[in-house]
Amino acid sequence: MATTTARPSPTAPTTGPAASQRRGRPAQRKNDGVAGYVFLSPWLLGLLTITAIPMLMSLYLSFTNYDVLSDWESMEWVGLENYRTMFTEDPSFWHAVRVTLLFALVATPLKLAAALGVAMLLNRSFKGAGLFRGLFYLPSLLGGSVALAIVWVNMFNRDGAFNQFLSWFGIEGKAWVNDPDFALGTLILLAVWQFGAPMVIFLAGLKQVPVELYEAASVDGANPWRKFLSITLPMLSPVIFFNLVLETINGFQGFTSAFVLSNGTGGPVDSTLMYTLHLYIKGWNEYQMGYASAMAWVFLLAIGLVTAVVFRTGKFWVHYSDGED
Amino acid sequence: MTLQRLARPLTLVLLSAVVLYPLVWMLGSSFKSPSEVLNNVSVLPDEWTPANYTDGWNNFDVSFGRFFVNSALVAGLTVVANCVSCLLAAYAFARLKFRLRGFWFALMIGTLLLPGHVLIVPQFVMFKTFGWVGGDWPYAPLIVPQLLATEAFFVFLMVQFMRGVPRELDEAATIDGCTPYGVFRHVILPLSRPALVSTAIFSFIWTWNDFFRQLVYLSDLEKYTAPVALTLFIDSSGQSSVGPMFAMSVLSLAPVFLFFVAFQRMLVEGINTSGLKG
Repeated sequence: MATTTARPSPTAPTTGPAASQRRGRPAQRKNDGVAGYVFLSPWLLGLLTITAIPMLMSLYLSFTNYDVLSDWESMEWVGLENYRTMFTEDPSFWHAVRVTLLFALVATPLKLAAALGVAMLLNRSFKGAGLFRGLFYLPSLLGGSVALAIVWVNMFNRDGAFNQFLSWFGIEGKAWVNDPDFALGTLILLAVWQFGAPMVIFLAGLKQVPVELYEAASVDGANPWRKFLSITLPMLSPVIFFNLVLETINGFQGFTSAFVLSNGTGGPVDSTLMYTLHLYIKGWNEYQMGYASAMAWVFLLAIGLVTAVVFRTGKFWVHYSDGED
Repeated sequence: MTLQRLARPLTLVLLSAVVLYPLVWMLGSSFKSPSEVLNNVSVLPDEWTPANYTDGWNNFDVSFGRFFVNSALVAGLTVVANCVSCLLAAYAFARLKFRLRGFWFALMIGTLLLPGHVLIVPQFVMFKTFGWVGGDWPYAPLIVPQLLATEAFFVFLMVQFMRGVPRELDEAATIDGCTPYGVFRHVILPLSRPALVSTAIFSFIWTWNDFFRQLVYLSDLEKYTAPVALTLFIDSSGQSSVGPMFAMSVLSLAPVFLFFVAFQRMLVEGINTSGLKG
């Protein structure tokens, strides 16, 4: 908090009269404090009413059989029943967990690898670099929408563009989106297609890597692969870490594409039943809000756990250089 | 060496073809007649069928124009709400001293990582208890949270931006007799324009594309936004509706695309300033 380097510290007894002419010396600071809470008040109110209270409320609801439709009076406390059902009697729950893990664990690394690879291709000044950067970024803006999910699903349908492409090589495709073995794969491809956002962040990170390191490595006779492993990866590790956390959390929350592909059912044969989709079905199709609340809390804990694991392992591979900016 | 020189541009061109193909294919298919959608393997239609656009526009009892108006309304109000509320909070975090500032700031960063889906059930229950779900104007649950600066990403983005504004300006204004409110009004607000523009653009695009929350809160066809309305096409998935469905998909992506064309640089830089600490 080196905030007061340029001006006399408000706590210093020598504070100039001009800076605090109104209500004496301490007033300046006190004023600031009141103003701080004035400016912060909408956010504080939001934290309380939109975030904190609903979180506690959902914790409470998760121990009830609340269904939204009937009155509050008919709501009953059921203890751990929702959690017990979830873990032992709802095969769809475990299925959703598997689907979501598979999606996040496959899509995230692929997406980050694509992002890093393309960022390295673009990390030279040449004509058109900006244009390519923009083009590759575009899918990140469009890809999360319903419209694009519709296009994607049709692209991998029987008569879609993908099978037309395969037919050039004499391969006869199928309706990939209706095949339980492949449906999730098409959604993973859609996620990877949106590699542009992490790419832009990688690109900014690559620009920070000192050129001298590569020059020194060249003098020592290192090949490009060696330079990548020994310079690029370690120097970029904080950025990789940042992208990994962000994209993993994103990956767990996939909803739109799965909803569109399966028309809200999670099919074919539950193969695209993402966790959030299962939660939606329980809450808004079956009106089991208590159960959905329990699912939400398990989700929160799971994401917290995964994030904690990523942060923990980060200690071993994230390298912060001393001349950190 | 020449091979290496060619490898990079070639890879990039090939890659951009792959990346852009779905978009071109979508645009081409939106002009194909029902039989062509099935049989024409080329990207472009043999016979251009603009009727898909009029068919799609009038496909439901409510015209698609209505859905776009609803979407624009929600997105527009969200933009205003985010800009105002996040700027106020960011000013407090970036410039003012008050008790527990560090604590609140840490909480704000925490909510940045909090998945929205966790809160949607209780928020829905709460807004339903308020009587805000359904009814004549069902958009309050989509906008009120933004009025209260719950989109922590933008608060963070603006804090990062304000840290780059020289403090000497605040001090000069203070010496000239400005209160913290005056500094906000005369120094921070005018200088934060770039951060406000970034926030506005991202708010618009994200809200325009948002689906889950709109799906949950909108149940009356008249009040549907474009993404929710688009899913109706999936229900009626006869081959004849593929063309119109693509046409409306194209239209619903058009505003985002135009924003991209107009503000490309800013969008790309925008995620940089927020993505990496300054």
